[in-house]
Amino acid sequence: MADHLLEVRNLSVEFHTAVGVVKAVRNISYHLDRGETLAILGESGSGKSVSSSAIMNLIDMPPGRISSGEILLDGVDLLTMPAHERRRINGRRVAMIFQDPLSHLNPVYTVGWQIREALTTHGTDAAKAASEALRLLTRVGIPDPERSLSKYPHEFSGGQRQRVMIAMALALRPDLLIADEPTTALDVTVQAEVLALLEELQQETGMAILIITHDLGVVAEVADRVVVMEKGVLVETGTVREVYKNPQHPYTKKLIAAAPGKGDMHAPAARVEPVLSVHDVRKRYGSFEALKGISFDLMPGETMAVVGESGSGKSTLARILLRLDEPDSGKALWKGRDLFTMSPAELYKLRRDLQMVFQDPTQSLNPRMTVYQLISEAWVIHPDILPKARWRERVAELLVQVGLGPEHMGRYPHQFSGGQRQRIAIARALALEPQLIICDEAVSALDVSVQAQVIALLDKLRKEMGIAFIFIAHDLPVVRDFADHVMVMQKGNVVELGTVRDVFETPRQDYTRALLAAGLDPDPDVQAEHRAARLRRAS
Amino acid sequence: MTLVTNDSVILEEPSFARRMWRMLLADKFALCAVIFLIFILILAIIGPSWLGDLATKQNLRGRNAAPFDWERGWVWWMGADALGRPLLARIIVATQNTLMVAAGAVALSAVAGTFLGLIAGFSSPRVNQVIMRLADVIMSFPSLLIAVIVLYILGSSILNLMLVLAITRIPVYLRTTRAEVLEIRERMFVQAARVMGASKNRILFRHILPVVLPTLTTLATLDFAYVMLAESALSFLGIGIQPPEITWGLMISQGRQYLTNAWWLSFWPGLAIILTTMSLNLLSNWLRIALDPVQRWRLEMKGHKNG
Repeated sequence: MADHLLEVRNLSVEFHTAVGVVKAVRNISYHLDRGETLAILGESGSGKSVSSSAIMNLIDMPPGRISSGEILLDGVDLLTMPAHERRRINGRRVAMIFQDPLSHLNPVYTVGWQIREALTTHGTDAAKAASEALRLLTRVGIPDPERSLSKYPHEFSGGQRQRVMIAMALALRPDLLIADEPTTALDVTVQAEVLALLEELQQETGMAILIITHDLGVVAEVADRVVVMEKGVLVETGTVREVYKNPQHPYTKKLIAAAPGKGDMHAPAARVEPVLSVHDVRKRYGSFEALKGISFDLMPGETMAVVGESGSGKSTLARILLRLDEPDSGKALWKGRDLFTMSPAELYKLRRDLQMVFQDPTQSLNPRMTVYQLISEAWVIHPDILPKARWRERVAELLVQVGLGPEHMGRYPHQFSGGQRQRIAIARALALEPQLIICDEAVSALDVSVQAQVIALLDKLRKEMGIAFIFIAHDLPVVRDFADHVMVMQKGNVVELGTVRDVFETPRQDYTRALLAAGLDPDPDVQAEHRAARLRRAS
Repeated sequence: MTLVTNDSVILEEPSFARRMWRMLLADKFALCAVIFLIFILILAIIGPSWLGDLATKQNLRGRNAAPFDWERGWVWWMGADALGRPLLARIIVATQNTLMVAAGAVALSAVAGTFLGLIAGFSSPRVNQVIMRLADVIMSFPSLLIAVIVLYILGSSILNLMLVLAITRIPVYLRTTRAEVLEIRERMFVQAARVMGASKNRILFRHILPVVLPTLTTLATLDFAYVMLAESALSFLGIGIQPPEITWGLMISQGRQYLTNAWWLSFWPGLAIILTTMSLNLLSNWLRIALDPVQRWRLEMKGHKNG
């Protein structure tokens, strides 16, 4: 039995909270061998991170409690081990990298100091640690490694910070690397690079990788085997291909079906009089040019997807169109009138037609207002839409329309899940009966299955009510099923603008092709082809 | 935490007052604080007319009479001051003046400070600068010096005292409010309100103020004790409340010279100040949780424990 590097047996973890005991993980077992990559796949709240936290002894106890099970590392149970021995294992034999490297790197120390610390706490002498730190930074591909050693975390980009974290984790050549959503916060092209780096390092050192993710694409790209979790229960396990091609459990089937990018593409209607026409919009912050002349037309009832990596200026564009920021130059004609020169009174009328759904509904809904107050606020501000006597009835209607119920009216946002909150935000936008809704990464923070539901909802609204959408996303597959036109942005420029079919099937620009190639396909066979193509291009 | 969606029966939400009452019962400390504060408030209203004569009548044979002498009347149980006046009666009578000055000053400074802070945090950089520099001016003056000058010019009365103490405390609220507004106005829900076309007033008072308010109430209750002591310092300098009027702060400063041989002169009024402030603090702590929909369950859960 001791031939597995890591074996988790019948592990159960529970948390004591005010609403009673929550069983985060129930009786799960899995194992991992040297040189192997195991993915734990699950949505938020599935308990996928809890078991790895138990391996690293990161669960706060109390309120947490490991109620049963054992975690064997080379046949030795970690849970019954004395604390000082366990500390020697953390970092040396088992290392971990996290989702957000900025919050897991100490901002007041240089990167070099932090890598050296990882080495010296486990007994390496200072001179050797210094040369080793340099070697590691070079290995993970940080440009100009000697100077980078004396830089602080904030001076690196997100992808580089994740590389630094990997360098720290690998400092002591661990047998097992746990990666908790290592690429979720990164752009697609950077994500592909980081995953490739992890695989290379695994081949070099022969370590095992436990990767925790919600993304089927990541699983297809790196994992050998996969464990699917739902609500603390292990529902399915097997090789990646088996699970993808022949899922057994209904939850796995649902998850695979929900992966975006498989449906029919829209064929945009004939071009008529545009409802919004943007000409040469420019914006700079200090010496940084956020938008370098953006122009496009939007037809009524049409969906324009704006895709680009972080820093491409897509959110700035949204804020400018809503007049949350002022542009430096350019025009945006809304039904023939320039948005940017409107008086406050005209702007107030315009707010009815132009609405926005924000990325994170947790933050965009006032935590101190009930759902009824949140939605009816639209009519407090614009009293001519609806007489007060009908508010209650209309809120109920809107809630039903977005898939919630009238009984949710008196509740507060924190009592809902992320997807439900985003529905409330959409209901609020609909309350004003707008003609254009700008969605700024409106589904990026949601789980895959919820994402699919919200997109289906938006598509339904578009068909039924003829609302036009500007849909901002960093992820191409998400917009494939939903958009009529796609605009690809890079560093403040529009690099490609065309119908969804043109952009996806015959991309004209290298950048678009790179974006498409970097996107991870949930099908392991398709993904293997992608990878082979990428390697051919690189060589 | 997901929502239980199968509850098709709409639970009737209890009314606001009923709900608050239940949450108050769940927090025993806050309940005691409320009872104590109501008691103090009643004393403040009836005190002067009830014990006014007794509290000012001198009795030189009973100078600095020790407390806990159960054989004399209940007003003497806390002892007597340097002129032989019963301390318990004096504390009760002093409640009115003390609370009036302290509550008045705290309320005035909190309202003015919050209002200016909201404006400073939400308007143009120029207005912001003007307000902040004004606050700097007030803060850079020793507050007692302003008080001395103003009270010397205007003459000392309870109203003037309130005004002066309020002015010196305005910057505390102003700076706190402004700092919070600067942070909150960048939050997404404020942006969402702007997109809906909400007016500045609506954003400021409906979206930003409720988030700042808990911090401010906590601040105000702490300030209550500070104001009571500042008032006693002014009385000590001879420009605050003057004898024969009494306040707790004045009683502390009067008892100071006898501290070595008659501790009770300062101790009892000091205790009154501590208990009042502590009660206010406990109450504000409860209020902060009770008014926050995200935190409220902590109190609502306590009522019916689920093991």
